[in-house]
Amino acid sequence: MYVLDINGGKYSVDVPADMPLLWVLRDVIGLMGTKFGCGIAQCGACTVHLDGQPVRSCVLAVSAVADRAVTTIEGVGATPSGKKVQQAWLDVDVVQCGYCQSGQIMSAAALLAQTPNPTDGDIDAAMSGNICRCGTYVRIRAAIKQAATGNAEVLQTLAADAT
Amino acid sequence: MSSVPHRPVDLERRRVVTAGGLSLAFLWLGSGKANAFINPRHQEADAAAALADGNAPFAPNAFIRIGPEGPVRLVMPNVEMGQGIYTGACAMLAEELDVGMDQIAIEHAPPNEALYGIPLLGGQITGGSTSTRSHWGVLREAGAVARSLLVSAAAARWSVDPASCSVRRGVVTHDKSGRELPYGALAKAAAALAVPPKVTLKEPAAFTLIGKPLRRVDSPDKVAGATTFGIDVKVPGMKIATVKACPTHGGRVRSVDAKRARSLPGVIDVLEIDNAVAVVGEHFWAAKRGLEALDIVWDPGPNADLTTAKLTQALAERSQNGPIIPGRNVGSKPAVGRTVEALYQLPMLAHAPMEPMNTTVQVSAERCEIWVGTQVPVRCVSVAAEVTGLPESKIVLHNHYIGGGFGRRLDHDSVEQAVRFAKQVSYPVKVIWTREEDIRHDIVRPMYYDRISAVLGADGKPVWYGDHITSGTVLARWMPAAMGKDGLDDDVIECAAETPYAIPNLDVNWVRHDMPAGLQLGWWRGVGPTHNLFVIESFMDELAHAAGQDPIDYRRNLLAKGSRALGVLDLAASKIGWGAGTLPSRVGRGVALGSPFGSHVCLIVEAEVTPQGEVRLRRAVAALDCGIAINPSSIEAQVQGGLLFGLSAALYSAITLKDGAFEQSNFHDYRNLRMNEAPRVEVYRVESSEPPGGLGEVGTAIAAPALGNAIFAATGVRVRSLPVDKRQLISNGAAAKPVSADAPSPLELEHARILV
Repeated sequence: MYVLDINGGKYSVDVPADMPLLWVLRDVIGLMGTKFGCGIAQCGACTVHLDGQPVRSCVLAVSAVADRAVTTIEGVGATPSGKKVQQAWLDVDVVQCGYCQSGQIMSAAALLAQTPNPTDGDIDAAMSGNICRCGTYVRIRAAIKQAATGNAEVLQTLAADAT
Repeated sequence: MSSVPHRPVDLERRRVVTAGGLSLAFLWLGSGKANAFINPRHQEADAAAALADGNAPFAPNAFIRIGPEGPVRLVMPNVEMGQGIYTGACAMLAEELDVGMDQIAIEHAPPNEALYGIPLLGGQITGGSTSTRSHWGVLREAGAVARSLLVSAAAARWSVDPASCSVRRGVVTHDKSGRELPYGALAKAAAALAVPPKVTLKEPAAFTLIGKPLRRVDSPDKVAGATTFGIDVKVPGMKIATVKACPTHGGRVRSVDAKRARSLPGVIDVLEIDNAVAVVGEHFWAAKRGLEALDIVWDPGPNADLTTAKLTQALAERSQNGPIIPGRNVGSKPAVGRTVEALYQLPMLAHAPMEPMNTTVQVSAERCEIWVGTQVPVRCVSVAAEVTGLPESKIVLHNHYIGGGFGRRLDHDSVEQAVRFAKQVSYPVKVIWTREEDIRHDIVRPMYYDRISAVLGADGKPVWYGDHITSGTVLARWMPAAMGKDGLDDDVIECAAETPYAIPNLDVNWVRHDMPAGLQLGWWRGVGPTHNLFVIESFMDELAHAAGQDPIDYRRNLLAKGSRALGVLDLAASKIGWGAGTLPSRVGRGVALGSPFGSHVCLIVEAEVTPQGEVRLRRAVAALDCGIAINPSSIEAQVQGGLLFGLSAALYSAITLKDGAFEQSNFHDYRNLRMNEAPRVEVYRVESSEPPGGLGEVGTAIAAPALGNAIFAATGVRVRSLPVDKRQLISNGAAAKPVSADAPSPLELEHARILV
């Protein structure tokens, strides 16, 4: 039996020690926002925070979580950087299919919490573990900069006052 | 379908319709059936559908439901898999209906060919970059019909002329008296009115939504992690399964020893079908551990020794000796002139959408219920009926948001498999493929073997070209009735048979070479155009080089003055500053031009090739003419994303076979472009009042040739096969040592360790 602190709530789960946190979240607790993409920490779709650090939940055994606070996409909006990132994602209209975006947002929120004004190199380093097959990287970069500075990034077609 | 007569390829007609890729095949089905689809005015089934979906009093057509309370419900004929069609479709409906984008509730269409079949594809299918093209007229008219009925209902209540009323944000106003009624209050009365025989659509100048950059309607949920993709479905009593099919394509299960698996905690059942085994668990982890604990003996079948080398050799032999199916032949090859020849080869490709294949199914004696994200809902219903023996009326399918399609979900193999497993048990079961299963049992984009040649005139311009394409066929499996004259799969020659260039003589032919039974070929993002634009546009670059001319000038001289293709070529060249300034050593720019999917696109890629042979993408400039722009923001995003998808494939992707099994299995060996590798992408648009062209595949189709031509400009090495072989790009042996000034970050090193 493990007691997990997830998005500020306590959850008791009776699961095998080697069960990855991803499947505890999805199939036991029912939080479906964290996604399964590869199962081997190659794509980042399953990214969550442990005490604010981004981790790939598909390879993180539940027994290794211990008393660290888990934050998922469902709870990241309650953190200052998460809230800014989610808003910037909407303003810049980043998503396409959207399946990888939970993980992208979790990585970006962790980046901004630690590095409030990231350089392009910082963004590359923090985000290159998250694959997007739709190819939304251009707008992800713009959204991270916008979340960091609060200034609207100049996009080619999407004016700041668009619908 | 088999009774549909084959018709000769009507190229003139094709130009008028300006479809592309997968859609082309369906234009000459000839039965007239496709054109009968989608009547935006009134459909008999609508009354029943409206009753079934919650008694909306006002359902004038398949797309609009208005009740006394709540938002306007819009039923989306296509599926949303990232391409932004829900936003585009809402804009088209809302524009003529005169409601705000924020007043809409969106619903996935149920499977219903009569209501939601798409003329360009001959079925309820999302693919071929046809969604906007198919619905541009239909959805606006549907909105206008509804608006007209609601206004008439208001005018009747006030005893005034409907023409004296206006609508804003779903509220009808009698302008003179200032009386107002919202749509909800008019729904019941409007439902009793006869549908008008004719409606007038807005002039483009009056558009308030179409043509404006709109944010996506599906973003808020996706950003919050609240969107339900197929894989996120929760059904009471549901168990989770994962599967392993015979790694050798065409093989079967010989025997399964499930003793160890069944003893594991959380494992519920071990199920078997002809070619695959599933373990059902309380959760995915139990199912996966159970699957790993199975001792399976496979019968690998006839493909046990199949390798990519054998497939390539067979294609090459067939290319020389196989029967020729004429594609397009104009004029004749001149007897004299300088001849340029080349061989181009493209690999098989997987789709690897971020959401692995999955289906949730519950089967009982009376009914079969399916939860899935699919591009072909009606086909899923048919196959479920076939597998269960139930009538199609007893199959209930709930479609979902799709976490990436790229053509993979135009096939329903995973749905069929899930139903075969689910009918063995009494509970609902969600079957999730691991990423390894997803890639190893992809239905791959065909490999191609193309011998291309041209004869140049004294001025260096081509006076004839011949493209001798050898490949398998997707269409012959997927919709055999749509095969053309002499058994032509028109997708195979798309964008090779017709180029934007004035070249007086040409021979484009196809040699069909089927893959061994068990190895299936499928659609892919861009399919035919992605294949042919790489060959044609790389070869155009070769011709320019042979003629000693600048690649842009060379193309420009072959384009008609005032043509849309010339427009995008000039725009891209000017935006990147073609010919101005000098580039550093081993940096090059490559251009590619094409007219796929009813749009016109020119891409210029600037790439650096390191002495070690690594390709760095510095910048990509795309110029596009896609006709009337519904949502410029979405257009930009689609071209950006499609481009990166195509560049990923060109740089990294191939599915290869050993022992009849795919050698790749996950993102470490089926690579995708990452954030640090993605170039800056700029998308510019030529304004146009032509009907909308396709977009979802345009960026993908034009990516590889521009990249290959940039690599040639940087290194002098011509890329004639994909993916790019970086061993050919190493400048010299000594250069292979690390460059200290450009040392990779620790994170890059970590990736390198994992990826290499």
